[in-house]
Amino acid sequence: MAAFTLTQLRDTMHDTAGENDGVSFGGDIADTPFEELDFDSLAIMEIAARIKQEFGLVIPDTEIGNLKTPQVMVDFVNSLAV
Amino acid sequence: MTTPVIITGMGVVAPNGVGSDAYWEALLAGKSAIGQINAFDASGYPVRLAGEARDFDGADHLPARMLKQTDRATQMSLVAADWALADAGVDPAEYTDYDMGVVTSSAVGGFGFGQAELQKLWGKGSEYVSVYQSYAWFYAVNTGQISIRHGMRGASGVLVSEQTGGLDAIAHARRNIRNDAAKLVLTGGLETTLCPWGWVAQVPNPRISRQPEAHEAFLPFDAAASGYVPGEGGAILVAERAGFRGERHPEHCYGEIAGHAATFDARHSTLARAISTALADAGVAPSAVDVVFADASGVPELDAAEAAALTEVFGRRGVPVTAPKTMTGRLYAGGGPLDLATALLSIRHNVIPPTINITTVAPDCAGIDLVVAEPRQRRVDVAVVIARGYGGFNSVLVVRRCAH
Repeated sequence: MAAFTLTQLRDTMHDTAGENDGVSFGGDIADTPFEELDFDSLAIMEIAARIKQEFGLVIPDTEIGNLKTPQVMVDFVNSLAV
Repeated sequence: MTTPVIITGMGVVAPNGVGSDAYWEALLAGKSAIGQINAFDASGYPVRLAGEARDFDGADHLPARMLKQTDRATQMSLVAADWALADAGVDPAEYTDYDMGVVTSSAVGGFGFGQAELQKLWGKGSEYVSVYQSYAWFYAVNTGQISIRHGMRGASGVLVSEQTGGLDAIAHARRNIRNDAAKLVLTGGLETTLCPWGWVAQVPNPRISRQPEAHEAFLPFDAAASGYVPGEGGAILVAERAGFRGERHPEHCYGEIAGHAATFDARHSTLARAISTALADAGVAPSAVDVVFADASGVPELDAAEAAALTEVFGRRGVPVTAPKTMTGRLYAGGGPLDLATALLSIRHNVIPPTINITTVAPDCAGIDLVVAEPRQRRVDVAVVIARGYGGFNSVLVVRRCAH
């Protein structure tokens, strides 16, 4: 499959959690910790579920806590696709 | 002497008025919101009337993030909490987190959110179910989300006792403040059951009116009473220890939570004892009560039992009795808090809002002085609010004008 991109992740973040008061992810968020974007572990689980549904790639639950930024998550998802 | 617990702010989402000003105006105008259900197609159901808060849309008030993880009841609760804090002039950031708590009531949880996720579960598969279903349906979620939003970490909780839950929650807020487990508590409750799942869960209840006409469906104490109409909404109130934020100007104090009692019916109604015990807790004689906001079931035998309890405590036609919920329907956990907000507005404005659509008081309810059709002007210093919950719960709160 084609590489999973930051843009796709951004769309998924919009669809699953949406923006919060005072937090936008329209800018350069690649290295902004999810925590600073108000994404808690549940919000990240929701993203992982969506990635599985749309791309058939499974992020193991044990890995979710390690994916601290959007870029780290994009890289991990792409490593699954290899 | 125990330090009084006072109410300094309110946030109201009612079927006939979103915001306390719009709600109060609607009450005085006798404006009912009971009508055909709009939220979903109810044409195939044997019960099609509800008091629907059509003017409330969570998207008008909350960020997208919150909408995706909450039921409508939680959205109403969050917005009412915001309004209550603004009304009280409280910025939670200025206070210690452990000094502030949240105690709400919910009788059914988040039905609408749960239905959508169950449809995904059975329609698409478990992995499509939102992770937020884990708590979005749950009774305690309104307390939790309010607590998170405002950083309130003092003693908090949730009470579940059908229609009495809201008053029980407010009484528990008072208890927490008296025990110094919190100094300021957001309390009350809001509820909605207006989705197909929430609706089918109610339809078998014989206490719900089958009358098809909105103005004939909910007639508590009337000879033609046939049950009640469910509604959605409720209120959140700011309860605080008097003096916590210094002297409050009278216009910033709606009233004192002066007394409370709860009883449980086993073989017979214990409502009269609940009323007497609440009055004793408040140190108020029955003759000093200016108005009673009745539970007003709309079920003839329950109306008769309430009328008998009121007559026993207050004497025949001894106190004005009203049921503004004839304009909203019964709101379950939201009902008591909304009635309490109404009682406090009555104290503020010295007006008793009416019970509407009543034409002939039932003979076995003739012992009460029901305020019908038009608001009644009179000095209101002390109000009693009554709630009964399915299964035998009784809860009674006494509020009085703030001392100043």
